[in-house]
Amino acid sequence: MSVKLSKDDLTPIAGGGLLHRRLFLKGGVVLATAQAIARPLRAEETATAPPPVDPADPPWLHETGGPFTGYGTPSKYEKYVVRNIGGNRTPAGEGVSWTPLQDLEGIVTPSGLHFERHHDGVPAIDPTLHRLVIHGLVRQPLEYTVESLLRYPMRSRFLFIECGGNSNAGWHQEPIQRPVGDFHGLVSCSEWTGVPLSVLLDEAGVDSKASWVIAEGGDAGLLNVSLPLSKLADDAMIALYQNGERVRPENGYPIRLIVPGWEGITNVKWLRRLQVTDQPAMTRNETAKYTELLPSGKARMFTFVMHAKSLITSPSPGQKMYGPNVYEIRGLAWSGRGKIAKVDISADGGHSWAEADLQDPVLSQCFTRFRLPWKWDGQPAILKSRATDESGYVQPERDVLVKERGREGYFHYNAIVSWAIDEDGEITHVYA
Amino acid sequence: MFGLVIAVAAAVAADGYLMAPHLGKPMSADEVSKWNKTIFPDGQGLPPGRGDAKDGRVLYAQKCASCHGDHGEGATAEELVGEPKPPTPDNPSKAIGSYWPFATTIFDFISRSMPPSAPGSLSADETYAITAYLLAANKIIGENDVISAETLPKVKMPNRNGFIWIDVKK
Ligand code: HEC
Repeated sequence: MSVKLSKDDLTPIAGGGLLHRRLFLKGGVVLATAQAIARPLRAEETATAPPPVDPADPPWLHETGGPFTGYGTPSKYEKYVVRNIGGNRTPAGEGVSWTPLQDLEGIVTPSGLHFERHHDGVPAIDPTLHRLVIHGLVRQPLEYTVESLLRYPMRSRFLFIECGGNSNAGWHQEPIQRPVGDFHGLVSCSEWTGVPLSVLLDEAGVDSKASWVIAEGGDAGLLNVSLPLSKLADDAMIALYQNGERVRPENGYPIRLIVPGWEGITNVKWLRRLQVTDQPAMTRNETAKYTELLPSGKARMFTFVMHAKSLITSPSPGQKMYGPNVYEIRGLAWSGRGKIAKVDISADGGHSWAEADLQDPVLSQCFTRFRLPWKWDGQPAILKSRATDESGYVQPERDVLVKERGREGYFHYNAIVSWAIDEDGEITHVYA
Repeated sequence: MFGLVIAVAAAVAADGYLMAPHLGKPMSADEVSKWNKTIFPDGQGLPPGRGDAKDGRVLYAQKCASCHGDHGEGATAEELVGEPKPPTPDNPSKAIGSYWPFATTIFDFISRSMPPSAPGSLSADETYAITAYLLAANKIIGENDVISAETLPKVKMPNRNGFIWIDVKK
């Protein structure tokens, strides 16, 4: 396993010590140092030091292990990896919970950690009493049972879903100091499996005058949004499965509308009705909310597409550097416009950039995991990541985005994120 | 289980494209009307009924003020009352009077979503009355104006032209 490093390998290719991504080809080397960034110990863990046990001979080698379980759960030692529930007001069903992006690896979000945004709680839907109704400008209105939908041919896609309000703390005057998931974690990525909506629309027979569809969820509050028919007929899906199992209640059980690459609110959970029309309904969630007020006083409306974004999840605030060493910079990039084409990393606040390694698979409208080796010399550094997608769209710097949009838009914040690292290895969020 | 497998197999044509197995149950217009709750800016979907701000004020105090403030100024939940003029950088209010482009949205949202503890519990008359109260409190209609399926779509909101469509063409 030991790999010989040449001097060239550790010669930075960009400021602040960024190394070439080909270093990954020399397996073992970089992996060994990646552990230098560990999750910080929580107070409880450090306080109660475990009894001295010889790792060569731990007790579980000498006793029968735990029982079989019908449905497994994470190790008790991982109990801190949870969604952070925030933003709840009155009533309790209104608010969000955040995916702990800083604690996860790869590209799939475990279903139990998928972010939540509920407007009036999670409905306790009995699937035998749930229907999907398609009506309006159609030849024949149709009602589907869940059982009937399960009998349709299906397709699977790995797709991110991101709330339009994700990262909105970025508009604040001062950079917010929280673990990355607690302000960028209204985005998650799952394998969604279900029936292409075009198949059901064809069965109902869409009128040529139709151009919009009003989608309604079966929660208390009957959440509704208007969506262009062209997108729904193109690639929308009636999802029944998430990561191989039936969609979780908090993610829309028994069926969720999946609209690839479009903001979370359009991916209507607990979907129960699709009304085909020739006009939008101008619902509260596309007028009062999910619109972005500009400095001109006008507001952007129907901003469906989630533009390219990236984040360095490690190192990130809440973690600590363990002294000068070779680190693996890790992060996530995604774009509602297609595949991620490249991610550039800067360690000197954006003066110079080096291209990160994109880990397979790189899929359209899906999380892409990127990595880059970095030789940190212990000096202050500012890390940034910048995503470019296959359409050529480049994630903007914050000052550019704020200049264009002002600071009252609330939704669709996708600017480059900067982490400052000081001599002590402390990591903070900065605007740089 | 056997039937299920056949249904799926038969639905995939030789070229790999999906063919519809036609498992949707046809619905009559009456059946559809039980489901259809959308209200459009042109008034389509509004139920019969009427109400004014006087009745609406009483209902608002009973059922809404605890979260939205005594006069709609906002409390644990959003402000609902603001100046009847479009937002500016100095006054970026998103209250109904300053931001909402259509009055029908008020009826649609309240009738489906509010109050959160009992959505769908308000009658059509009650919803018209509360809508009238909110429009009057935002100084968009007069205190005595009656709101109904006929009058609501005609209410001109101050920020009617305040929006630019981005990802879809008008
Ligand atoms: C228990 C607290 C509570 C009560 C009582 C309540 N609301 Fe709300 N209301 C909320 C919350 C919370 C929201 C935000 C919901 C969301 O974002 O999904 C809201 C949102 C609204 C909105 C949309 C505001 C906006 O700017 O988007 C309107 C309009 C509204 N309520 C009207 C009413 C009316 C009318 C009543 C009385 C019939 C009422 N509410 C009673 C909590 C309440």
